[in-house]
Amino acid sequence: MSNLGEVVLLDCWVSPFCMRVKIALAEKGVEYEARAEDLFGGKSDLLLTSNPIYKKVPVLLHNGKPLCESTVIVGYIDETWSSPPLLPTSAYGRAQAHFWADFIDKKVFEASYKILTCKGEVPETAKKDFIEILKQLEGSLGEKDFFGGDSFGFLDIILIPLTSWFYPIEKFGGFEVKEECPKFSAWMNRCMQRENVANVLPDPEKVYEFVIMVRKMQGIE
Amino acid sequence: MEDSKVVLLDLWASSFAMRVKVALAEKGIKYESKEQNLFNKSQELVEANPIHKKIPVLIHDGKSICESLVILQYIDEVWPDKSPLLPSDPYRRSQARFWADYIDKNLYITGTRVWTGKGEDQEAAKKELIELLKTLEGELGDKHLFGGDTIGFVDVALVPFTSWFHTYETWGNFSIEAECPKLIEWAKRCLEKESVAHSLPHPHKIYEYSFELKKKLGVE
Repeated sequence: MSNLGEVVLLDCWVSPFCMRVKIALAEKGVEYEARAEDLFGGKSDLLLTSNPIYKKVPVLLHNGKPLCESTVIVGYIDETWSSPPLLPTSAYGRAQAHFWADFIDKKVFEASYKILTCKGEVPETAKKDFIEILKQLEGSLGEKDFFGGDSFGFLDIILIPLTSWFYPIEKFGGFEVKEECPKFSAWMNRCMQRENVANVLPDPEKVYEFVIMVRKMQGIE
Repeated sequence: MEDSKVVLLDLWASSFAMRVKVALAEKGIKYESKEQNLFNKSQELVEANPIHKKIPVLIHDGKSICESLVILQYIDEVWPDKSPLLPSDPYRRSQARFWADYIDKNLYITGTRVWTGKGEDQEAAKKELIELLKTLEGELGDKHLFGGDTIGFVDVALVPFTSWFHTYETWGNFSIEAECPKLIEWAKRCLEKESVAHSLPHPHKIYEYSFELKKKLGVE
C-alpha cells in the first residue's frame, strides 16, 4: 500500500480522539509520524496554525494539508487509502454508521465527563445515564461481532478508544461495564484482541493516574 | 429510483428539516412531507427515530435515516447524478464535512440563546453569534458559494438558518447584515435558486412563530 506522501499526526497519548486516527492509519497500513503535543506545556505553533478554530488534537497533516475533527479525519483516511474499507458499502449502511458515530460523539464523551468530574460521590442519575447509553449501543450491535458486521470497521474505530477511559469511570462510578452490559464488554474484548487496537490503547492504570492528576489540578479532589 | 417512496418527517420552521428539503429539491426528488408536532410526538416519529425522537427523518423505501447531515450525505450518495453536494476529492470533502460540523456544533445553540435570552447571556450570545458568522464569512472568502460555483454541502447546511436571522436580529436588537455583509450577500445568491427559495419560509413567518414558541417553551 503506497503511503501517498507524508503523514504527520499531532497527537496526545491519552486522547481517545487521537486513538481513533491511529487505529485507522494502522488498519490501512499507512506509515506516519506522531508528534506528541504537550498538554500542559502549551500548544505547538504547528497545532495553532493547523487547527485555528479549535486548537485541539488530533490534527492529521497529509502532505502538509491539515485535517481536523477525528470523525472527519477517519472518513478522509478511509477515502484516501481504500483498502481495507472501513465504512459499509451500501448508502444505508453508511448512513447508519454516521448516525451512530454522531450519537457516540454527542453522548458517550459527555456522560463519561459527568462521572469523572464529580466531586464526592457520583449521583445515581449519572451512572444510569452512562449505562443506558451503552445499552443503546448494545441494541445497535445486536448479535453482530462488530458494529460494521463481520469485520472491524468505522464505528468500532470511533467507539473503542472511548473505552480506554472506562476503568476510571468504573472506579469512580462504582460499577462494572461487564456486569451491566455484558454484550458491550464482549465486543470490547473482541476489539482488544486486534493488534492495531491493543497497540494504540493505553494501559487503563495510566489513564486512571492521568484522571487523578487532572482532578487534583482542577481542584476536584 | 421510485420517488414516491420518499417520506420526510418534517417541521416547517426547522432549519434542520429545511436542509433536507433543499437537498431533495436540488436532486429533483419527489417526496411526501408529513408535518410533525414536537409537543405531541406521533407514533410514526417515535418508531422512525427511537433514539432522539426528533425531526427531520427521511424514510426511503421504509428505512429511516436520522440526523440532517447524515440525511444529506445519504441523499447525495443515493442520487449522485444531479447536483452533487459533496466534492469528489477526499480533502475537499473533509473540509466540507468539517465546516458543516462546525455549523452544527455552534449555530443552533447560539442562535437560540440570542432569541430566547435576556440581559448578559443574550449579549454574550450575540457576540458569539457574530464571531461564528464572521468565521464562516472567512471560509467563504471570495467564492460565489461555499461549494464554489454550485451549491454544495456547506451551503445547504447553513442557508436554512438565514430564515431565522430576522428573528435573532429583532429579539436581539442588532443587525447581522451590518457585521457580516458578505454572508448576507451569499444568502441572497442562494435564495435565487428555486430549491432554496421554495424550502425556506419567509423570515417574517418565522418571527411570528417565535412568539408562539416562546409561550410553549415557557420563555417570555
